[in-house]
Amino acid sequence: MMLLKNLLKAAVRSILRNRLRSLLTALGIIIGVSAVIIMVAIGQGSEAQIEQQISALGTNVIIVFPGASRMHGVSRGAGTKNRLTVNNVKELKKECTLISAISPVVRAGAQVIGGGNNWNTSIEGVSTDYFTIRNWTCKYGRLFSDKDIRANKKVALLGNTVAQELFPGENPTGERIRIRNVPFTVIGVLQVKGQNAFGRDQDDVILAPYTTVLHRLKGGRYINMMIASSVSMDQIDAAQQQMTAVLREAHRLAPGEPDDFRIRNQAEITQAASQTSRVMTLLLGAVAGVSLIVGGIGIMNIMLVSVTERTREIGIRLSVGARSSDVLIQFLAEAVVLSLIGGTIGILLSFSVAFLMNQFTDLYTLINPGIVVLAVLFSGAVGVFFGYFPARKAANLNPIDALRYE
Amino acid sequence: MPHVIKMKRVTKTYRMGDMSVQALRGIDLEVERGEFLAIMGPSGSGKSTLMNLLGCLDKPTSGEYFLDDVNVSGLSKNEYAGIRNEKIGFVFQTYNLLPRTSALENVELPLFYDRTGRIKNPKQAAVEALARVGLGDRLHHEPSQLSGGEQQRVAIARALVNQPAIVLADEPTGNLDTRVSIDVMSVFQELNQEGITVVLVTHEPDIAVYTNRIVKIRDGIIRQSTAVLKPGNAKKDLEAYRDPVEDELEKAGQ
Ligand SMILES: Nc1ncnc2c1ncn2[C@@H]1O[C@H](COP(=O)(O)OP(=O)(O)OP(=O)(O)O)[C@@H](O)[C@H]1O
Ligand SMILES: [Mg+2]
Repeated sequence: MMLLKNLLKAAVRSILRNRLRSLLTALGIIIGVSAVIIMVAIGQGSEAQIEQQISALGTNVIIVFPGASRMHGVSRGAGTKNRLTVNNVKELKKECTLISAISPVVRAGAQVIGGGNNWNTSIEGVSTDYFTIRNWTCKYGRLFSDKDIRANKKVALLGNTVAQELFPGENPTGERIRIRNVPFTVIGVLQVKGQNAFGRDQDDVILAPYTTVLHRLKGGRYINMMIASSVSMDQIDAAQQQMTAVLREAHRLAPGEPDDFRIRNQAEITQAASQTSRVMTLLLGAVAGVSLIVGGIGIMNIMLVSVTERTREIGIRLSVGARSSDVLIQFLAEAVVLSLIGGTIGILLSFSVAFLMNQFTDLYTLINPGIVVLAVLFSGAVGVFFGYFPARKAANLNPIDALRYE
Repeated sequence: MPHVIKMKRVTKTYRMGDMSVQALRGIDLEVERGEFLAIMGPSGSGKSTLMNLLGCLDKPTSGEYFLDDVNVSGLSKNEYAGIRNEKIGFVFQTYNLLPRTSALENVELPLFYDRTGRIKNPKQAAVEALARVGLGDRLHHEPSQLSGGEQQRVAIARALVNQPAIVLADEPTGNLDTRVSIDVMSVFQELNQEGITVVLVTHEPDIAVYTNRIVKIRDGIIRQSTAVLKPGNAKKDLEAYRDPVEDELEKAGQ
């Protein structure tokens, strides 16, 4: 319809005519929309990141550390020595029906020489179960086998970072490296894992049979920790209890005597981590909510301040034969167009900020489409509401009263 | 009926709280097609009130008003808007142009709200209206870039663009100096000679002489209606016009 087209044209002209006012109005919406989207994206991004990092730990993981368990912040059994052994691992594997895999972890820091370069990294002696528990796969070559472990084979799997440092741009499978002067053969390179939940590079590692590490590099009987998988997520607490009982018996602990090891499962770690990140999301959400309100108030101010001028304009339009409804439609269209433009710019802005953050900062952002819709609807509603109601009041005036308005 | 305007016993009372001001106390007024009418009277006598009623910008408290043979007294708000749009061109003392908007767009404005589809090409009609008031070369000037006289011409063009039955002007020369006032009157005179009915309010007898009839109003009642026997010719007067200040300066220079 011709008239409607004219009203839209009038709306667009009015927006262009009052550039500063339009800009400020749109700015309120832009700030509101982008603040909400970005804040929530940061919150949810870090939540997702933590979750992902925790799941990267492995599946249904239970970890056993040496040392006294701490309860209520008080160490019970100070001076307890490390009594975790490979035999404990074997016993657990045999006795615990609720765990599907378990591996010792024997750690040794060492200077590694290979390909004419050297690199300081951590050597982890593990069993084949470790690959299953932590979902490690090979990028090149092969994983080592139980046969390699039984035979104390001097074979090594390089983490991607180590591989890049020693043999940049090459496939080092079959190359020889020296760890603390012990020659090892590289049998493969591990798939890239990236950083873990605590910011450590998980690819800066060499995996080798625990037997070899224990005998050739470290010496002694004690292992640094155990890592196990329960048969399912539901059984993780039961599996942990089973392991505790078996270990206590193996260590001949009398009832009432404190554990001489610490045992933690993934559920606990996940819970603790996601609790903090939820608090953070909430906090960010609150900040975003405040900026949305501030944006809304900005819009309201501008709309109210311009009422004087607009009322005269409305008077002029009414006096040349516009109906109240014509004026209202125009103003509504104006508010909607401004809100749409502001909302679109707000979305684009927040998307690019989120993108830049992902690229150049440690913050990981995850944009939530629901929040995008919500933010746009809310600020649009604010724009329309505050654009509409002052206009409605003015449009219902007598033309002559509107013209005389001061 | 040859009358464009016919008012019978029209009154207007303004209410402000428990105070009320009776601005019009029973107006009987008839204006024939093609007339050029001046309404005169002291300040506060109700001239603007009457003009607003004539222009359907406000509703009378009582009485009947026929405009172009339509009884507008009982019409709805939207019908009032329609009448303003179709039948009336209104010129204000303070021009009332949209700021930061070109002359062309200002003149086009009434056609935005045309529901009859009478005017096929709004832009062309606006250009023609501006040409008629002698502003064919100022289409894209904004009000702030125009002199007072030019702004009033734009307002007159806007009043013309919808081919109204009548053009109403409330002190159209009130904000202009004498020379520009005569200039604006020459525009009205020309339009009137082309057949357009014009009613205007003025304080100045010098301006009223360019019309055909003068209606005097006092305390909300029409006291007198006299024909102007020998109307002035604004165009000629404008050519002959000498600015008194310039005259003085010239004399001083000699
Ligand atoms: N909106 C209004 N509310 C209340 N009283 C009004 C209103 N408009 C006008 N009046 C009163 O009505 C009377 C007539 O006013 P009006 O403006 O018609 O006078 P006028 O003849 O146009 O005067 P002027 O020559 O000064 O323009 C005045 O007493 C005025 O105070
Ligand atoms: Mg007046």
